[in-house]
Amino acid sequence: MAERLHLAIALDGAGWHPAAWREASARPTELTSPRYWRDLVTRADAAGITFATIEDALSLGGRTQDPDAETRRDRVRGQLDAVVLASFLAPLTERIGLVPTVTTTHPEPFHIATGLQTLDYASHGRAGVRIVAGSTPAERANFGRRDDGPTGFPASRRVEDDEAWTAAFREATEVVEVIRLLADSWEDDAIIRDVDAGRFVDRDRIHNAEYAGEFFSVTGASIVPRSPQGQPLVTVLAHQTIPYRLAAEQADVVFITPADASATAGVIAEVADAAADVRTEPEALRVFVDLVVLIEATAEEAATTWARLQERDELVSDARVVVGSADDVVAELRAFAVEGVDGVRLRPARLPADLIAITEEVVPRAADAGILSPDDGAPTLRERLGLPRRASRFARVEVSA
Amino acid sequence: MSRTDDKRQIHLAAHFPGVNNTTVWTDPTAGSQIDFASFEHFARNAERGLFDYLFLAEGLRLREHRGRIQELDVLGRPNTLAILAAIAAVTEHIGLVGTLSTTFNEPYELARQLATLDHLSDGRAGWNAVTSSDSFHGANFRRGGYLAHADRYTRAAEFAEISKALWDSWAPDAIVADAASGTFLSTDAVATVERRTRLFDIEARSTVPRSPQGRPVVVQAGDSADGRAFAAEHADVIFSGHTEFDDSREFYRDVKSRLAEFGRDEESLKILPAVTFVLGDTAEEARERSREIALAQVRPETAITYLEQIWNRDFSGYDADGPLPDVEPDTGSESAQGFANRHAAVRGRIAQLREVAAKDNFSIRDLIIHLTANHTFVGTPDHVASEIDRFVQERATDGFTVVGHVSPHGLDEFTDRVIPLLQERGSYRTSYEEGATLRDLLGVSLREPVAS
Repeated sequence: MAERLHLAIALDGAGWHPAAWREASARPTELTSPRYWRDLVTRADAAGITFATIEDALSLGGRTQDPDAETRRDRVRGQLDAVVLASFLAPLTERIGLVPTVTTTHPEPFHIATGLQTLDYASHGRAGVRIVAGSTPAERANFGRRDDGPTGFPASRRVEDDEAWTAAFREATEVVEVIRLLADSWEDDAIIRDVDAGRFVDRDRIHNAEYAGEFFSVTGASIVPRSPQGQPLVTVLAHQTIPYRLAAEQADVVFITPADASATAGVIAEVADAAADVRTEPEALRVFVDLVVLIEATAEEAATTWARLQERDELVSDARVVVGSADDVVAELRAFAVEGVDGVRLRPARLPADLIAITEEVVPRAADAGILSPDDGAPTLRERLGLPRRASRFARVEVSA
Repeated sequence: MSRTDDKRQIHLAAHFPGVNNTTVWTDPTAGSQIDFASFEHFARNAERGLFDYLFLAEGLRLREHRGRIQELDVLGRPNTLAILAAIAAVTEHIGLVGTLSTTFNEPYELARQLATLDHLSDGRAGWNAVTSSDSFHGANFRRGGYLAHADRYTRAAEFAEISKALWDSWAPDAIVADAASGTFLSTDAVATVERRTRLFDIEARSTVPRSPQGRPVVVQAGDSADGRAFAAEHADVIFSGHTEFDDSREFYRDVKSRLAEFGRDEESLKILPAVTFVLGDTAEEARERSREIALAQVRPETAITYLEQIWNRDFSGYDADGPLPDVEPDTGSESAQGFANRHAAVRGRIAQLREVAAKDNFSIRDLIIHLTANHTFVGTPDHVASEIDRFVQERATDGFTVVGHVSPHGLDEFTDRVIPLLQERGSYRTSYEEGATLRDLLGVSLREPVAS
C-alpha cells in the first residue's frame, strides 16, 4: 500500500533552472526583496506544504565546480543569508516549516545554533536546517581564515577518495552535534521565576556544552532557553556513501536523488544500512525524494518550455527532472509513494511559475488522489513529521514515590 | 508636522530590557524575556512612539558568578540577527539595531547578514559594533580565547572598513536582467574587495546586491579614547554612558570636534546615551516609585553578589543593610601574571566605593542602588519631557537610548505620556515619513563610498 507523502518545496532565486530568470513570468529584479520571498512562502504555506528549504552559499557563484562561476554575468547573482531570511518569514506564516541552508565550514557553530533556536521561537516550533558540508576556494577567499578544504571533486566523484572532503563531512557532523547539544543545554523547566527565593533560573537545569571536537570547541550553554521544538529539524541532501552516513548519524530528514522510482528502493536500503549501523532509532529518519519540476497545462507545452530553457542555458541536475502536466507530476508522486518514501521535495524549475502550478494544480489533485499526508494540526514541524518532541538529554528522570 | 525649524529634533532609541538587574522580573506584570510575542509587543510600542530604532544587546555566553551560572537576574535571550529579522516582519518604520561582536564574527558573513536585514526591512538595519576580547566569551567560538587589547580596535576598524567596502561593492545598477540578451549582471557589477593585513587576508565578492540604505547604520558603544576615535571615523551613532548634564556636554563637544578630521559635520554623528526614567503624577510620587523600583532592582542578594564580584570573596554571611565588608579582596596568587596591575585596580576600585559609601553613610544595598539603579529622569511626564528637551536643545546630546525596567511593556508609559509632550514642544516627529530609512530617521546620510 502506498504511504502518504509530505510535500516540501526547495526555494532558490528564480528557480532551479539557470535560464528561469529569463522567462516572462520571472521577477529577476526582486530576488532579494522582502515582497518576493513573502509571496513565495505564504503561497506554499497556504497550500499546506510541510516545509520550505531555502538555498544558500557563501560565495557569489554559489556551490558549483564551474570555474567561471564568480565572474559570469548570464546567471542569477545575489543571495540573502538564509537563516536571517527564514527568521523574517516566520511571523508571516502559520504552518509551514522553515529550513534554511547552513554552510558548516566557516560560520560559528554557536551562532548557527542560537540562530536556529531563535527561528524556532519566532515560528512557534517550525525551525529546521539543511546542513551543507565543505567549502569552495571562493568561499575560503571570502573569509580568509582557513586554507584547508576541498578543491573540486576527486576523479572518482566519491568524497571518500578525498581527504579534504571526508574532513569536511566530519566537521559538518560536529556542527550538527553542537546544534543539538546547545538546543538541549537548557532543560525545559530551567526558568523557574521563583520570586520568594529571588531565583530566575535553576542553574542545575542549565548545562555547559563542554564540547571539544576535532575542529572547534564550545564551552558554555546556549544563550537561548530551550525552544518550542526542543531541537530543530536537521536535514541533509545526500547522493553517496559518506553523505548517507552524515544523514544516518545526524539527520531527521534525508533528501535523496534516485534516477527514478524504481531506483528508490536501492537508495533507501543504502541509507537504512548506514542508519542501522549508527542510529539507535533508525526508523526516525525520514526519507524525501528530490524532484525538479516544470509544469504547464499540457505535457506538450511543458516540453516546449523545457526545450526553450535548455537551449538558453543547460540545467545539469543531480535530481530527477519531471517535465509535464500537473497530472504527470501527481503520477510521479504516486510512484514514489508506492516505494515507501516519506515525502518529496519539489524543486520548482521556475519561480514563481512552477510554485504556483504546484500549489494550485498539483496539491489539490494529489490530495484528491489520497497520496498526501494531511495536516493533522500537530503543534510543531517535527511532530507533523511524526518525530516526537524529546526532553533535553540532560533532563533528570523524575522518580515518583 | 508641527515642528518649528529652529528646534533641534530629538532622536530616541528603545532598548529591549537586558539580562541584568535593571530588568525587574519579579514585577507581577513582567512577561517573557524570550517569547516572540514579547519582542513583537516591544517593537509595536516603540513604533507607536515613533522611536528612531529599537536596540538589542548581544548574548555570547550566559553570565556567571564565581564560576557558576548566575540565577538572580533575567537570563536567556535570542540570537540578535534572527530576532531582528523576525521583528522586521511585524513592523514598518522603526529601525532595527543589533549589537554584534567584531571579535567573534567574520566580516564577510556579518556584512552579508546585515545587508540581508537591510533588504528585508526596506532600509532599517543598524549594527552596534562592539569589540570583545576575553577568553570567557571566546570559549564559545572557533577563534577561541584571547585577542590582545591593542588588537581589539585594530580588528574592529579593519572589520568596519571591510564591511563598508563589501556593502559598497555592488554597483547600484548591477542587475540589468535583460532576458533577451541573457545578461543578468552589468559589466563591472560587483567589485572584488581585497584586504591583506596582519589580521585579515581577504579577496571577497559579496553575494548581496546594494541594500536600500547602501550601508546599514553603524553604532558604537565604546567610550575609551580608542572607542571615540573609531566612532569619529566609522560610526553614525554613539551609544554613550554620559547622562549627567555637564559631563554630557563635554562628551558631546569632544566627540563632535573629532569629526572635521574625517570631513564630517556635527549632524552626521548622533549621540544617544542610555537612560532610565520613572514617571509619577507628582514629583513626590515619582520619587517614591523610583525608590520602590530601585529596591526591586537591587535586592539584598543582588547587592551582595555585586560586591562578591569585585572582592572575589564569599559574602553570603553579610547583611546587605549593613556597612561594606572590612576585608581585603582576593586578587589571586601574587606569582600569577598580571597580579600587580589587577591587585592595584581592584584595590583602587574598592577605595573609591568606600569613599562614596562613607560620604552618604550608605549601606551595601544603598551603595549598589546608587551605582546601578540611580534612575536618570524621575518626575512628572512634563518634567521628564522638559529635561530630555533641554539636553538636546543645549547640545548635551542628540537624544537618548531609553530602557524600561519591565519586559516587555516597560516603555509603554513613555510612549503614552512623554512622547506627546515632546511633540508639543516641537522637538519630536509626529509621524514617520513614508518610506524613510533608518538613515533618514536619524538624519545621518551616507557619505562617499570608500574606495575598495
